[in-house]
Amino acid sequence: MNRVAFRLVKDLGFRIYLVASTSVLLIPLGLILYYIVSNGITVINWDFLTSLPKPPGVLGAGISNAIVGSGLLIGIAGALSIPFGVAIGLFLNEFSETHLASAVRLCVEVLQGIPSIVIGIVAYLWIVVPLGGFSAVSGGIALALMMLPMVVRATEETLKLIPHSLKEASLGLGVPYYRTMIKIIVPAGANGILTGVLLGVARVAGETAPLLFTAFGNPFMTVNITQPVNSLPLIIYNFATSPYPDWQQVAWGASLVLIIFVLGLSLLTRTLIKR
Amino acid sequence: MNKHILEIDRLNVSIGADKIIKDISMAFFRKKVTAIMGPSGCGKTTLVRCINRMHELIPNTVVTGSITLYRKNIYEMNPIMVRREIGMVFQRPNPFPTMSIYDNVIAGYLLNGIKLTRSEKDTLVESSLAKAGLWNEVKDALHRRGAFLSGGQQQRLCIARALAMKPRVLLLDEPTSALDPKSTAHIEDLISELKETVTIIMVTHNIGQASRVSDFTAFLYLGELVEYGTTEKLFTVPDDKRTEEYLSRKFG
Repeated sequence: MNRVAFRLVKDLGFRIYLVASTSVLLIPLGLILYYIVSNGITVINWDFLTSLPKPPGVLGAGISNAIVGSGLLIGIAGALSIPFGVAIGLFLNEFSETHLASAVRLCVEVLQGIPSIVIGIVAYLWIVVPLGGFSAVSGGIALALMMLPMVVRATEETLKLIPHSLKEASLGLGVPYYRTMIKIIVPAGANGILTGVLLGVARVAGETAPLLFTAFGNPFMTVNITQPVNSLPLIIYNFATSPYPDWQQVAWGASLVLIIFVLGLSLLTRTLIKR
Repeated sequence: MNKHILEIDRLNVSIGADKIIKDISMAFFRKKVTAIMGPSGCGKTTLVRCINRMHELIPNTVVTGSITLYRKNIYEMNPIMVRREIGMVFQRPNPFPTMSIYDNVIAGYLLNGIKLTRSEKDTLVESSLAKAGLWNEVKDALHRRGAFLSGGQQQRLCIARALAMKPRVLLLDEPTSALDPKSTAHIEDLISELKETVTIIMVTHNIGQASRVSDFTAFLYLGELVEYGTTEKLFTVPDDKRTEEYLSRKFG
């Protein structure tokens, strides 16, 4: 066998090895998706999305309150974490050399590493106990604490890439500092900031632990943010661990809805990054 | 009427421990082009930045002395008003990437929240672009973003944006250093036309450019004003030995 042919065989072997190892990664993801879709698809229909959960044995159960509750929680989390997160990211970028900035950067890193269950306990102690009851607000605040580091990071990283010349251009026209920030710098980084926000939403949408003792769960529909609310992860947790097969089916259906939502956000994020 | 529009009096600038500008006093003539030239690091950019207070963006900058615009000390004015009276064009073209060409020209008004009627806007955009020699090239693409423009066109767009604010003084900080020779020639022609309406102070490290477009030239070296006079005199019979050496390219 001549040497060139041997090298070509080795080369091919190595390529096959690379492709094979990469493909292994697809197996768990494929299996998860397969299980969830095959189990969940049978229960999903319009009624499932628009009816309330029912007691075990009653037909026509749905997850409407969990969808609305998740929407409420994510809305509260976004409304709190986006304005603060963008402001903090802007500060870190503008005053990056200050002591305050280094301290905040450290805090953001630590906050990102705090287990979600601990954030849940903190939210319980800070909000649930003083207010005297579980509520959507407390759950939203817990989720906001989890989203905040991602929004801050995304904002800072994005703004770092915006050329200094743009700020000079605006200030040089006699535009005050705050308008320069709000009308030039933040819009120039809007894509990156939005990407961070979407990734943050995708992350907190599936969080269960911080909601266990904050939003708590609720079998009924409510849009009152001072009341306990249901959410997709909570209904999955409660129903999947129940002994009733029809509730377990609902949990599969809710899982599929959640997965579709998160995957949709990821795809949206990817198209934003490409732009 | 006084021929001097802007006077610098005993200006000293230091950034941290470095003295960048050493005791410079000079006066600029109305509706003339004044070139500030000198080797890299001589303080010429710092000097023009002090004129519209853009140096305040750099931390640890200490300025003493005064700069007066029509006898009003700009350090006692609101920096925002100073920058509207004294426009600036930077080394690298920096149009706003998220705005259309049209909006870029009137960006100073849009961003400051100054209300203009539709016809005022149209007039301002057309006249500013015409003054910057860009109108014919972009008049059919006013509502597109400026990203497709060449570097030279972008720089003229920045000049139009500065002119739209109707400044009395226009500072050009090496406006052609990032451009190709053809665009450079175009901008140099433009500068000669613009002095009909506005006083121009131009930083350049290009000796040829100073001699081609300016009426007056100042030579800065190591933060000192070595020589300042009409371009004709400075380039033919300079008083100072260092000017002569710089012009014959012995350094810089």
